[in-house]
Amino acid sequence: MNATVHGIQLGFLRGVIELRNSLRTWDEWGNNIFVALAFAVVLYFQRDTILDEATVALATVALPSMLGTMVVLGGVSGTASILAFEREDGTLLRAKAVPHGMVGYLISKIMHSAGLMVVTITVVLVAGLILVPEILSTSTVGWLMAAGILILGLLATLPWGAVIGSLVKSPQMAFGLSALPVGGLAAISGIFYPITALAGWVQAIAQAFPVYWLGHGMRAALVPEAEAAEIGGSWRYVEMLGVLGAWTIVGLLLAPPILRRMARRESGSAVEERRHAAMQRYS
Amino acid sequence: MTAATAPAPAAETPDGGAVIDVRGLRMRYGTMDVITGVNFSVHRGEVIALLGPNGAGKTTTIEILEGFRIRSAGDVRVLGTEPATGDERWRARLGIVLQSWRDHARWRVRDLLDHLGRYYAPFATPGRPRPIETDKLIAMVGLTEHANRRISTLSGGQRRRLDVAIGIVGRPDVLFLDEPTAGLDPHARHDFHDLLHRLSDFDDTTILFTTHDLNEAEKMADRILILADGRIVADGSAEQLARRVSGQAEVRWSQDGEFLVHSTDDATAFVRELFAEHGDEIGDLEVRRTSLEDTYMALVHRLETGQSGGDVVPFKRTA
Repeated sequence: MNATVHGIQLGFLRGVIELRNSLRTWDEWGNNIFVALAFAVVLYFQRDTILDEATVALATVALPSMLGTMVVLGGVSGTASILAFEREDGTLLRAKAVPHGMVGYLISKIMHSAGLMVVTITVVLVAGLILVPEILSTSTVGWLMAAGILILGLLATLPWGAVIGSLVKSPQMAFGLSALPVGGLAAISGIFYPITALAGWVQAIAQAFPVYWLGHGMRAALVPEAEAAEIGGSWRYVEMLGVLGAWTIVGLLLAPPILRRMARRESGSAVEERRHAAMQRYS
Repeated sequence: MTAATAPAPAAETPDGGAVIDVRGLRMRYGTMDVITGVNFSVHRGEVIALLGPNGAGKTTTIEILEGFRIRSAGDVRVLGTEPATGDERWRARLGIVLQSWRDHARWRVRDLLDHLGRYYAPFATPGRPRPIETDKLIAMVGLTEHANRRISTLSGGQRRRLDVAIGIVGRPDVLFLDEPTAGLDPHARHDFHDLLHRLSDFDDTTILFTTHDLNEAEKMADRILILADGRIVADGSAEQLARRVSGQAEVRWSQDGEFLVHSTDDATAFVRELFAEHGDEIGDLEVRRTSLEDTYMALVHRLETGQSGGDVVPFKRTA
């Protein structure tokens, strides 16, 4: 038992080391800055458009929505890609060869994913605030609510990232099966323009997924005055908690057995096979 | 003779004193039998080389012993535990040297070894402190100058040293290595052999490795197992194997400016006669016993051409 606790502690330590290693590399920062710039460009073009239903600029509503989308992107696509990549390169097998290594690995991944997301969100938020200074007037309660929704967003999405990362055969497949669907959902979830402009059945699909509700929650937290542009003209906290909660519960039930099954199948020859497959892909 | 002090031959009943004990191991993928019945046991402190043609089942066997693959049938024990159900306490006593590729590329050498070593600390015993102290371990594998480098910047040979360091960081009772010296230059290979000797001598580590390098097997291993056709077709020291398979030695000499070669199963008697008959005329005498390579080739050739049919039996030791 003590050794298990020890493994969990080492997981936190590992998370810190990995986060530090990530933040030391230029790729990580380059990626963050690229994402922040892309969103900034969108916000820049939206800054003069005023929503008909509400009296706020489209950009003011879009920034919180984007932050919500990024949680899903990081939680699902980021996690799935890292897991698939580290299965391919043998990182996971190394963890498996060490006593309590898998516990440590899993804890470190949660920390690493969450930490990277905080960094990315901070970068985007800082860039966004320059263009949308109105957000700065958000109350303390609003910021706390935003933080709470981000945490719930992580819980609702990380397990699904782990499931996809466990089932795919390659990092490319992990990306395709996670980033593309999230991107598609972002397009129909009222992130870049109000969802009420879309057909009713499209709205219905969007509302079954976390992307819409994280955007909704972030808007409620950071621009509460813009409720007129929402479906039904009001904030729907119960529905939000219901949908995000459902994704969390199903994800947390599914992920452990799928992760265990995936880990059980890892071996030197499995890594070797993937290495050959990857070599052929890259050459 | 080494055979006199060598461990007892594999018996029919499970061997309680063995560190590794394999009885009737079978492995089947779909309808294909990869391993059709492997038996062997390894005692504490022994160094064993597992040889065999590609596809003979070496990697599969070693992965079953590591607990990374579930066997189809048979009885397997490593440190008295069935690998498929081994817990973390059991895992802490194993060392596995994996072939690495690009994992942990962003980590620094010392950070990674220090971190992985910490997992073993709760499993230390008075006689076996765990893990090996990080800087000492780095020095053991000759990476001291590179301790603070990012792993992605290491050369292939340096990475292999790191792989070995990771495998032994927990001061294992049993160490598994799958083709540990593939891709190492002769110098690095030599250092690696020294390191294995030290582990085996000072820490009494039981070592099982696979290789395609027959010289390496001959030099490093106390005992050689040849796996072919899904079975162990030979089990013994290099010398024993040579005697069993061909039993012949090659005698070369010169006489009247001419170089001559003769194969014989009793080199001593042949040379005695040679001198009795020709005396001073003999020069450049050289007696060469069959090398492991000759033995191996002969064995595998016999199997491939089906000369020996199904009756290739594991070598019995003579006490």
